[in-house]
Amino acid sequence: MSAGACDLPAPRPADLLPRVLLGGGALLLAALLAGLLLGPAVVSPAGLLATVLDRLGLAPLPAEYAREAAVLMVVRAPRVLLAALIGGGLASAGAVMQGLFRNPLADPGLIGVSSGAALAVVAAIVLGPAVFGSAAGRLGLWLQPVAAFGGGLVAVAVVARLGTRQGVIGVATLLLAGVAVAALCNALLGMLIFGAEDRQVRDVNFWLLGSLAGARWPQLPIVALLVLLPALGLLGLARPLDALALGEREAFHLGVPVERVKRLAIVLAAVAASGGVAFSGLIGFIGLVVPHLVRLGLGAGHRVVLPGSTLLGAAVLVLADLAARSLAAPAELPVGVVTALLGAPFFLWLLRRRAAMGEDA
Amino acid sequence: MIEAEALTVRAPGGRALLREVSLGVAPGEVMAVVGPNGAGKSTLLRALTGELRPAAGRAAFAGRALRDWPPRALAQRRAVVSQRVALAFPLTVVEVVAIGRLPWLGTPEAARDEAAIGAALRRAGVAALAGRSYATLSGGEQQRVQLARALAQLDGAPPPAALLLDEPTASLDAGHRAALLGLLRDLAAAGTAVLVVLHDLNEAGFVADRVAVLQAGGCVGLGPPSEVLDPGLLRRVYGLPFRRLVDGALLPDFAAARSAAP
Repeated sequence: MSAGACDLPAPRPADLLPRVLLGGGALLLAALLAGLLLGPAVVSPAGLLATVLDRLGLAPLPAEYAREAAVLMVVRAPRVLLAALIGGGLASAGAVMQGLFRNPLADPGLIGVSSGAALAVVAAIVLGPAVFGSAAGRLGLWLQPVAAFGGGLVAVAVVARLGTRQGVIGVATLLLAGVAVAALCNALLGMLIFGAEDRQVRDVNFWLLGSLAGARWPQLPIVALLVLLPALGLLGLARPLDALALGEREAFHLGVPVERVKRLAIVLAAVAASGGVAFSGLIGFIGLVVPHLVRLGLGAGHRVVLPGSTLLGAAVLVLADLAARSLAAPAELPVGVVTALLGAPFFLWLLRRRAAMGEDA
Repeated sequence: MIEAEALTVRAPGGRALLREVSLGVAPGEVMAVVGPNGAGKSTLLRALTGELRPAAGRAAFAGRALRDWPPRALAQRRAVVSQRVALAFPLTVVEVVAIGRLPWLGTPEAARDEAAIGAALRRAGVAALAGRSYATLSGGEQQRVQLARALAQLDGAPPPAALLLDEPTASLDAGHRAALLGLLRDLAAAGTAVLVVLHDLNEAGFVADRVAVLQAGGCVGLGPPSEVLDPGLLRRVYGLPFRRLVDGALLPDFAAARSAAP
């Protein structure tokens, strides 16, 4: 056809990736440092360095840093690392759900993760003592995470089953099934709360609003396994998700095994998101907003959006948790409240901006 | 190259969308598919890409049934330009064209991605749009970007390759129509099998070596344009008189159709 006016070397996603990894990595590192050093009890950089050297066995801990080392090792470090893992997992699951549903409003909650996890946890809180008797107390620390993880996965499995016909996942049906299952879970949850004792209702509320205050070292390897592995697997779906942005037919014409990609994306995102909420309770808006932030700054190619969202999501939740424990110190705000407080206005601004730019699809 | 043998496709309800259609497009040949709305043109195209499974008969590519092709190997040899592609995310033109290189990911051909994308952008006449957001383009520009994406996909394909297009001229102005039809001829001259659904009979007559006429899911005419694009057959198919002009161009006689209407 007519010769192009110029051979302008347009920016390619491949060129952006190193910058994304470097920039995102630096941001995450800064957030981790801030999360470790700041808070109701400030830790000095020297104290952090001394603790690290002590832990690595390079230099014994000077006595004047004993208190700071205790704060870091017992409270801060597991909490900050847990926040990074969960934030990264939620954001990467959100980015993949948006790509899969071809819908910028999607997040893991849409396929039942949050509602299923919430119902299971509330059931564990309210019915646990009756079912497990005195053992419930000893199970305590693990009962809720196991329930949340299992509940999230079961809900996703039900939604996926409802959205599948003759081996083909209908994305629109899946979305509606997700809405219906969420409504059902919420109704059952309401019934459970109706019959619960006051103390249980407080526990339920605490979980529903999300908190990282319960972070402990033994949780970290589990969360790393449940969140990091799927998040890494999701990175491999970047190119197929780009093709899906053109539509399922176009993706098929491009040789993408569409059904396999959809199943893989749903399973990995469900595991990552369920693994995340298992130890933190519900944390909204990270999965929804972070991928948009990345698209806004770096473009919509998934080779940039997926790793960028993972790194930025990790940094954002670390900082949100820092805000949650600092703003009302010595009391703590639920971190889900902080993410929603920051996320909702930002999201509205984003919507207005999209409409103004004529990208209201 | 692209083969249909007694191909029958049914809607989920069981209604036949395509009845026992047989045709074949050879390497180096352009075949145009014409027919009224709802005749089954797009259904035929979708069955020949492997997207729709035939209820009976056979759809094959290079002698092998489409269902037996690994998706990726197929995508390395045939590309499809659909009617209208809306994006879920604000990708730029160059990003959209780059998606066409997906079938070559991890192969030695991937080293030529940049060159293939650049060549496709120029060939489809959209190089000047490379940095623009796809969503902000006009319908005709979007169509040309999708064509560039398909060209990038076929760059490096082991010959013979195939290109299937569904009404690619629908939103194009006269100049870009001519350029697109010329490009299809060039591709055929290089050995590509081209199957193109068209509405404009004169475009079909210009670009095609052979024309297939569909009516109500059946193939009612198949042959060189000079034989098939005959006013008598067209009148039966479209329910409208056609006049052949002195230079061979066909003109639907709207005035006669209006006066004949009850």
